[in-house]
Amino acid sequence: MSPLWTVFGARRAALLGAGLTSAAAELAGVTLTATAAWLIARAAEMPPIGALTVAIVAVRTLAIGRGGLRYAERLAGHSAVLRCVGELRGRVYDTLLARRTAARDADLLTRVVSDVDATQDAVLRCAIPMAVGLTVTLTAGVAAAFADPLVAAVVLAGLVLTCVVLPAGSLALARRTAAATAPGRARLAEQTADLVHGAAELTVFGAVPDRLRDADTTVRRLARSQRGTAAVTAVLGAGAVVVQAVTCLAVIMLGIARDLPGPVVAAIALGALAAIETTIPLAGAAARWAEVSTSVRRLGELLTGPSAEPSTVEGVRLEVPPGARIGVVGPTGSGKSTLLDGLARERVACGVLADAHLFHTSVRHNIAMAKPGATQQDLDRVAALVRLDEWIASLPDGWDTVLGESGATVSGGQRQRLLLARALLAAPAVLLLDEPVEGLDHAMADAVLADVLAASDTVVLVTHRLAPLAHGFDEIVVLDGGRIAQHGTHEELLARDGYYRQAWLAERMLESGCGTNDPSRTLSA
Amino acid sequence: MIDKVLLHEFPRLRRYLGTLAIFASLTAVLVLAQAEVLARLLSGGASWTLFALAAAVLAVRAISLWWQGNLASRVAARVQADVRSRVLRSAAAPGGAPSGEVSTLVTRGVDAIEPYVAGYLPTVLVSVTVPLAVVARLFFVDWPSALIIALTLPLVPLFAALVGAHTRRRTERQYALLSRLGGHFLDVARGLRTLMLHGRARAQSDTVRRMAGEHASATMGTLRVAFLSALVLELVATLSVALVAVPVGLRLLTGGVTLLTALLVLLLAPEAYLPLRAAGARFHASAEGLAVLRRAIDLEPISVPHKGKRVDARTAVIRFEKVTVRYPSRPEPALNGVSLTVRPGERVVLVGPSGAGKSTLIGLLLGLVEPDEGQVTVDGVDLRDIDLDWWRTQLSWVPQRPWLFAGSLADNVRLSRPDATDDEVRAAAHAAGLDRVFAARGDSALDERGSGLSSGERQRVALARALLRTDSPIALLDEPTARLDVRTEHAVLSGWRRLTAGRTSIAVAHRPALLAGAHRVVRVHEGRTA
Repeated sequence: MSPLWTVFGARRAALLGAGLTSAAAELAGVTLTATAAWLIARAAEMPPIGALTVAIVAVRTLAIGRGGLRYAERLAGHSAVLRCVGELRGRVYDTLLARRTAARDADLLTRVVSDVDATQDAVLRCAIPMAVGLTVTLTAGVAAAFADPLVAAVVLAGLVLTCVVLPAGSLALARRTAAATAPGRARLAEQTADLVHGAAELTVFGAVPDRLRDADTTVRRLARSQRGTAAVTAVLGAGAVVVQAVTCLAVIMLGIARDLPGPVVAAIALGALAAIETTIPLAGAAARWAEVSTSVRRLGELLTGPSAEPSTVEGVRLEVPPGARIGVVGPTGSGKSTLLDGLARERVACGVLADAHLFHTSVRHNIAMAKPGATQQDLDRVAALVRLDEWIASLPDGWDTVLGESGATVSGGQRQRLLLARALLAAPAVLLLDEPVEGLDHAMADAVLADVLAASDTVVLVTHRLAPLAHGFDEIVVLDGGRIAQHGTHEELLARDGYYRQAWLAERMLESGCGTNDPSRTLSA
Repeated sequence: MIDKVLLHEFPRLRRYLGTLAIFASLTAVLVLAQAEVLARLLSGGASWTLFALAAAVLAVRAISLWWQGNLASRVAARVQADVRSRVLRSAAAPGGAPSGEVSTLVTRGVDAIEPYVAGYLPTVLVSVTVPLAVVARLFFVDWPSALIIALTLPLVPLFAALVGAHTRRRTERQYALLSRLGGHFLDVARGLRTLMLHGRARAQSDTVRRMAGEHASATMGTLRVAFLSALVLELVATLSVALVAVPVGLRLLTGGVTLLTALLVLLLAPEAYLPLRAAGARFHASAEGLAVLRRAIDLEPISVPHKGKRVDARTAVIRFEKVTVRYPSRPEPALNGVSLTVRPGERVVLVGPSGAGKSTLIGLLLGLVEPDEGQVTVDGVDLRDIDLDWWRTQLSWVPQRPWLFAGSLADNVRLSRPDATDDEVRAAAHAAGLDRVFAARGDSALDERGSGLSSGERQRVALARALLRTDSPIALLDEPTARLDVRTEHAVLSGWRRLTAGRTSIAVAHRPALLAGAHRVVRVHEGRTA
């Protein structure tokens, strides 16, 4: 059974209750109309007032009942579904946790989160209204059958058209529109990204007008494919009203032909009108289903997929003896970050990795998450070590200042140092650092890194700049194409020809290129 | 819900509303006609003529509904296109609308306009014409019933407004809480790897459920009030049917009213409330669309660069004269009274910590940033008086983080000079050290914006772009080797030397490596030159 069913099934009583209340509300409305019609048509026959008492009481009760039931149903439905969605979030989280590779894909994560929210609509705006519509259809058909089977068949036919046939058409049409507009949407998203993110380049190279013209063409083409289905969609909308009126007229005609009592004909004719009225919005629900069903299917696949995935890091073995300082270098794309990811799977290792996340919570929680029992002294110590103490003190709420979403309110340098502080507080047996001082200027970078190294025991440092590796590193590993190309101490590697020696010489030569090691001495304005 | 600014900015909507008003009036007439025919049919006057009349009314109603629905969808599609073009126009400028917002608006945000234009607007007009027509008709048929409806109808918008205002206040108070609880799941999902790394991921499993539970409770608190307006609407609508039907039924008993009149009252009374219910149901779905339209109006379209003087950059002296630049997001100025002179053919390197204002200096010369105080002059002419389009054709620029555009590698290089021949593009790629990549996939489309390219290769694409402008007298380079390892940096540097040779150049450098070959090194610190 699909895990989605088990999540929503756990609250089936509440969901069923909401559905039944909703059906009761709709039926109360239909019965109100039918009873009122019967009341008036019967009154015209001038019976003793006693014959109308029940109908009068019924009309008054139903009038109040309908609104109350509707209110109760909305609250019950939302409450049950919101709680199901909460449980679903928990399950999805557990699944992502079991699947490490899924946790790496930022786009997938964002999509999963919106998929979970879409299930709310799938239940509240699609499943429940559909079930209620079918209940109304059946109940109205049975009720009419007490008066006359043929008339009941007409009412049932009308309701099936608006409750099943038109929504099915609407669903097919929504899917067709989505398919027709998909290429245009994809192209527009691409052009928008180019215009927005490449704005500076386009402006400087004078390409903005051309690009805007191209984007406008896509926009117009997209609008044309949207308009393409407008005429058919409008047929469905008008069709529902036609079915409603034709059903009502057919009931009147049949009622007269079969010589049914006037009040009964009036009640069924106007009752059918009201019943069909409640099923007209189902076409919209079906169109919405076209949007959310993809989310529901994707979630089902995510939750039922295989949970264990084989390790993807192969071929590189790195011994890290206690107290060792190991440097990892290599050209861009040589597998440095992948190696560190592999090490991070060990329980004893932790640190600053390339995709580290700052949470949308306080500075305190962001750092203390590494060690929940940390004292203020612990926090102050690591903040001072990464030279963030003054910055934190300058924040409006100090340690309790909430960082923006995904750390949007901090600079690149502050972000790196927050992550470093978190890693230092965790004080793992093996500290992993992936370009930990990127985004800091040289002097600050060297100073912070030196302090971090002095305060730590076993360290694995990935860096593109070789200068920090010259002192205090026991072993340096050179990666190339996903494997270890060279390893040894700084001196050993310098003595051999290879990537490290070449890169080191180039760095030395270039860094002293202007004739002095300190560029600031040659400056003039 | 329909404001004047909106109609002024989107004339298409104004014309559409005019047509909708005609349809709404027609709908009112048809509702009255249908009730009339049905009442006559049910009050014992059934005849073929009446059935034919009913069919005719129905046919007109169906055609008018189809026409209106078709028109509504088409207008919605056109308005969506208008908004998309407009938002794109405001975005295609550095410092324009925030990029994330624009991308969302253009792709999915604009979709919200459809429920507003095609769903909500037609019901709003119908909810004016139909109740008016029904009440007017009933006054002639049975004035006590008309009075009941006329008195109860205003209760619906009144209560909706009262409840709406209360809900808004409550939601505003709870907004921070609701968005924090609601956004928690996304935040935790994005940080899942970090949580795993610190061994905190299991503990969050319960937190996710707890926060979702709190979110549900907080949301229910707001909904309990928000649904009240719907409750009032339902109660008024159904109670008035009871209020009309029961007395009319009793008057029938005494012969005070005919069956035809009574049926007409019964059929018309709910019709008065129906459009209000429809508008109310569509109101929430349409609010987002209205917000998108309003946002689109707020976005300023980019200004077209004015035609100004033309200065020959080959012989021009560039002068920054006490230039101060402030960004709205930062309290301190990015540049604070900077003066600097660059002579033709001079190679200047800017150094200094990140955030010191180096990129802003380059941005000023590119015409992407304007000074708040002071001026930048070329040959003594203020850059603001110079024809910017023409000025920019004389610049070769390597940005800090080059953007790779959809298309092939060759397309990306050609961006700086669309008329360049294939040979010229190849030569530029060669000079930038891109030969190997270019030979392998120069003309095939880049997958996912060049995700297969390393950061060094991206930098070299930008270099090739700059090098393609072989005649440009000025080269501007913003940290061309940031984020590269030494070997890659070396490859980029050789391309850089080709670019600066024989040109006036201003380069930003984080690394001492770039100082070689510079005529002058300028240190920028906290918005000042030293």
